[in-house]
Amino acid sequence: MAQAAAVGTAQQYNYDIVKKFAIMALVWGVLGMSVGTYIASELAFPFLNFDIPYITFGRLRPVHTTLVIFGFGGSALFATSYYVVQRTCQTRLWSDFLANFTFWGWQVGVAAGALSYMLGYSQGREYAEFEWPLDIAIAVVWVAYFVVYVQTLRRRSQPHIYVANWFYLAFILATALLHIFNNLAVPVDLFTLKSYSLFSGAQDAMTQWWYGHNAVGFFLTAAFLGMMYYFVPKQAGRPVYSYRLSIIHFWALIFLYMWVGTHHLHWTAIPDWTSTLAATFSILLLMPSWGGMINGIMTLSGAWDKLRSDPIMLFLITSLSFYGMSTFEGPMMSLKSVNALSHYTDWTVGHVHSGALGWVAMVSFGSMYHLIPRLYDTKIYSTRLIYVHFWLATIGIVLYITSMWVSGIGQGLLLRAFDEYGNLAYTFVESVAFMHIPLVVRALGGGFFVAGILTMAYNVTMTILRAKREQAEIEAKIAAKMAASA
Amino acid sequence: MLAEAWSWITDLGNSKVAALLIFFFTFVGILLYVFTGRKRAERLESYKYIPFQDDDEPESEIETVKDDEHR
Repeated sequence: MAQAAAVGTAQQYNYDIVKKFAIMALVWGVLGMSVGTYIASELAFPFLNFDIPYITFGRLRPVHTTLVIFGFGGSALFATSYYVVQRTCQTRLWSDFLANFTFWGWQVGVAAGALSYMLGYSQGREYAEFEWPLDIAIAVVWVAYFVVYVQTLRRRSQPHIYVANWFYLAFILATALLHIFNNLAVPVDLFTLKSYSLFSGAQDAMTQWWYGHNAVGFFLTAAFLGMMYYFVPKQAGRPVYSYRLSIIHFWALIFLYMWVGTHHLHWTAIPDWTSTLAATFSILLLMPSWGGMINGIMTLSGAWDKLRSDPIMLFLITSLSFYGMSTFEGPMMSLKSVNALSHYTDWTVGHVHSGALGWVAMVSFGSMYHLIPRLYDTKIYSTRLIYVHFWLATIGIVLYITSMWVSGIGQGLLLRAFDEYGNLAYTFVESVAFMHIPLVVRALGGGFFVAGILTMAYNVTMTILRAKREQAEIEAKIAAKMAASA
Repeated sequence: MLAEAWSWITDLGNSKVAALLIFFFTFVGILLYVFTGRKRAERLESYKYIPFQDDDEPESEIETVKDDEHR
């Protein structure tokens, strides 16, 4: 009976596409985080460049960011959004063909991008290094994603669209807008990858950071909040703390995020009012961010004991804690006076990773641990390995963030110190020498985090293999029964 | 008339203030809509159960083969 129900669910929903994206999220996660740890080691021990141009920091850095943001994060978002929209609308995903097109298009795009950076092709726009032909291909895939998502929502059985879908849809729409406008460029000719941005000077910088920060806001925040609003209640076995708060959370976030990108350009040639506007909206953003964090954490209100017995819940609640921490740190760093110290230092790198590892990766891990056994209609191979993963990841993040605080704040102070005559008190190379030990600790932290995702990859692989074995046994039994009755 | 309205809105000095007021009052409107009216509050809060409406399995403790073997 239970088997029949499971088969029914699998037929009702398109789980195949969710499985494919979930597996690729892990593959890109392992690769991207390993590359990240390698380039962190290069900064600590420069001989690791080996004078090979393809693996120098400058080329591997966009490989790392592309693989973790778009490969790991993007695939995790495709997987969870396709799962959540089907489950909350109680309908099958619209068009298997188009969904498959988004899968192959996205994977080929990410792989081609990473290879092109290693070969030295880059647009030089942060988090948008893809050259123009890849930009066009990605835009096509993204429109297909939008069509699949909206058409699935249109044929829902539920009259109401659950709030997680609002976040996912906002992410899809905003990413389309950001990607298209940030990448407006004029190719040198049709048969070359080289192109020039449509914008120039300060306007180009503002366009880039309008894109860059909203990639954080909509790709790395809003979308993962969609994930949170489904998987935290599901794993906790209780509904979200306040649905009305989730509505306010959504609209406040959507209204505020678009304005803050310019805080990446404080003390540059941009108009001063844009800088002040961005800082003001950044401070305002603290309210919806913390409202959402409280809404997620309070979902566990009355069932805190689950944190002692459920490692998946540990991942999810810890991710929300990091979300709260990094959304406090961000507005603080957007203040012009703080930014004068923090900008162009490792403090920024530490801040990004407290959000990327602590929030984005942890909430994705928790959601994947919930999702994968259900997709394969089995149980997770080992709960203990989830605990091992959790502690490896947490120790890794703490090492990473604290070392970057030391490195960044120290670096900022050294570069701003003056002697009694108004000359710089320290040379640049002295600041580099100071950063060496924190950079080694950072690479170690990254190593812990990679060990964690490798543990997860093993656990998930064993889970899937066991599910396939169970399925084969059931099929063999059915075949034997049919043969006996014939 | 239409040309006048267009030139007024394309002046950044006007459109910035207009956008701020439109967004601010829309947001206040959303706040009032969400947090007033008992029946509406009940209806909105009822939507939080949507993720549980198509459950085909009990929300149970995590169990694993490997851990079962250790017990």
